[in-house]
Amino acid sequence: MQVLYAFLVGPFVQMGQAPVFFAEVVINGLLTGVMYSLVALGFVLIYKASGTFNFAQGVMVLFAALTLVGLMEHGVPVWLALILTVAVMVVLAFAIERLMLRPLINQEQIILFMATIGLTFFLEGFGELLWGSNVKRLDIGVPDRSFEVGGMLLNQFDLFAAAIGAALVAGLAVFFQKTPIGRALRAVADDHQAALSVGIPLKTIWVVVWSVAGIVAMVAGIMWGAKSGVQFSLSLIALKALPVLILGGFTSVPGAIIGGLIIGVGEKVAEVYWGPLVGGAIENWFAYVLALVFLLFRPQGLFGERIIERV
Amino acid sequence: MLKKLAFTGLGALTALVGFLAPAAYAQNEQFIPMLVYRTGPYAPSGIPVANGFRDYYTLVNKRDGGINGVKISFEECETQYNTKLGVECYEKLKNKGPTGAALFNPYSTGITYQLIPKAPVDKIPILSMGYGMTAAADGTVFPYVFNFPMTYWGQASAFVRYVAKQEGGFENLRGRKIALIYHNSAYGKEPIPTLEVLSQKYGYNLKLLAVDHPGQEQGATWLQIRQYRPDWIFMWGWGVMNQVAVKEAASIRYPMDHFIGVWWSGSEADVVPAGKGAIGYKAGDFHGTGAGFPVHKDIIKYVYNGNAQEAKNNNIGEVLYNRGVVNAMFSVEAIRTAMQKYGNKPLTGEQVRWGLEHLRVTDSHLKALGMADFTQPIEVTCSRHNGVGGRVYIQQWDGNGWKKASDWLEPIEEVVWEQVKQASKNYAFENRITPRVCSGQS
Repeated sequence: MQVLYAFLVGPFVQMGQAPVFFAEVVINGLLTGVMYSLVALGFVLIYKASGTFNFAQGVMVLFAALTLVGLMEHGVPVWLALILTVAVMVVLAFAIERLMLRPLINQEQIILFMATIGLTFFLEGFGELLWGSNVKRLDIGVPDRSFEVGGMLLNQFDLFAAAIGAALVAGLAVFFQKTPIGRALRAVADDHQAALSVGIPLKTIWVVVWSVAGIVAMVAGIMWGAKSGVQFSLSLIALKALPVLILGGFTSVPGAIIGGLIIGVGEKVAEVYWGPLVGGAIENWFAYVLALVFLLFRPQGLFGERIIERV
Repeated sequence: MLKKLAFTGLGALTALVGFLAPAAYAQNEQFIPMLVYRTGPYAPSGIPVANGFRDYYTLVNKRDGGINGVKISFEECETQYNTKLGVECYEKLKNKGPTGAALFNPYSTGITYQLIPKAPVDKIPILSMGYGMTAAADGTVFPYVFNFPMTYWGQASAFVRYVAKQEGGFENLRGRKIALIYHNSAYGKEPIPTLEVLSQKYGYNLKLLAVDHPGQEQGATWLQIRQYRPDWIFMWGWGVMNQVAVKEAASIRYPMDHFIGVWWSGSEADVVPAGKGAIGYKAGDFHGTGAGFPVHKDIIKYVYNGNAQEAKNNNIGEVLYNRGVVNAMFSVEAIRTAMQKYGNKPLTGEQVRWGLEHLRVTDSHLKALGMADFTQPIEVTCSRHNGVGGRVYIQQWDGNGWKKASDWLEPIEEVVWEQVKQASKNYAFENRITPRVCSGQS
């Protein structure tokens, strides 16, 4: 009985007794969720355009951040380093299209997926070769101090990251809905053959989408790199994006955002209120449990496209 | 950049050639394997350690002509801090050299746990210096495992002693709140039993907060810290977990001088991302900081041919580099000790085990090695594989480097050793080991 009370009632009593702290937990979860969404967005973009799960997205985050901080360490000003990093990610997209995707046209999706695994190992090694393995500090000039609002402690950098995330989503939404390339990209995502038949250049679309995914990876790399330092383990952040994708759907930009927010809040609330009952450190696997529970009711994710096939 | 690429390409080619043509070792060389992690998520910590080992062995060869005239040959095997790869490396290297591996320094608690049962079978000693299984300090149950100069339990108790000093005595610990933030692994959980026993003895409140691998996101942990408001925080972290924790602590304005990390949470890499926010953060250590010791001057002179910049590029003087140096020194001195009994020739693992068990490093010995005050004298015995005399001190980050911030601290021996005996007794029972009798052994 005591155990049931501890799990089913106790946490809610705690929330009621300290509502300000509960609000702080939720806000912290929302801000963290935006950071997860930033990583998840890169996966969504490539999946939308090619139906391929890009295993290398986490390493692209690392590679972009390494390039940026590496250039800054060589005395390049931040603004120029940002432009050069974007250029590097675009060149990378061209190289991926020319050397990896083009030879694999009409191959099974699993082949493309395997190719992205190979790309992961290549970028890991190449990044280390160019920029070394040391932890690098990334300071983009945004203050990382906390301040109190109504008894809650909020972090300036987290708020900045949330604003950047929101701007990025808005920009991507406009890009997909309002620009010719965005519309072409959606057409390719719906049906490759049909898109080709009406003259949409598949290769160009792939370059564009991998470039945009590279830029999104750079933004995610900056945000996460500023928090933890730029280092190899940045690539593992992709693991945090997976439950977001499962929950939000692999093909939806808004899904990546909403999924990120739900996962962020869910894991923080679970860790703070239920974690101590089972020894803590539950937030990592709890995110997956939460995503799987959603899958039971919506296998395509919250915003994913429902797959109906005739048999 | 081109130069770097050319060098790396040359290195890769050399490695490939090395892979295709296994290294041949001279019959009069002492082979010491090196399990390293220069790649992977923990490379920032693994590289300085590996460089410290490599440079010290090279120094002994170049400056002294080897150990009593026997040159050291060593070979690195990349583990990526991965237990499976570590065991593969062990199997690959254990029989190399004229007499097989002298000893293994696994540099991972996970790998150490896997090698502990293998060591007595292969008769190769394991030196897990300041990490691994604490219970292995009992040499009667673990004849082939050594973890001097101090165990995790010893260090945890020394932290409590330090806090007591800061608070004005053990009696003032009653009612204080201490939080332990730990890596959710066998390594991270090591100090928990000691801190729990000491909390009962001294009356402080202990809050345990686990962080899952890799520890990149710790928002929930630090929310709980905000709620609990501990007087002191201890951290048993590793890799990116350390960097994020230091940054989070600075971000919530926690007093950094009340935040103490284990000696694996106190390297330069751990404080870099937090910038000035890390100033004041403390960590345990058991060897000198910086590159101002005579041994460093020798390394620059003999290993780098006087090129101090190149030595700096190879991490000389960094905390983890110095740890590699001190670990290599203990390994070399154990072999030298064994040579007193078995003669100046390449020794087997079994013979080196005897050397480890009779290792006695004194102040004058350290001075002769260029390491006066670099670390504490130590004496290893048959029953005390954690050594007698091991102590730890607290170092503090001042924004530019680590500085010594306390005297040498002794563990709370009466509590720790009792726990070690109990744990080793349980291990012996579970693994059907009959503890040996140490008295009178030579």
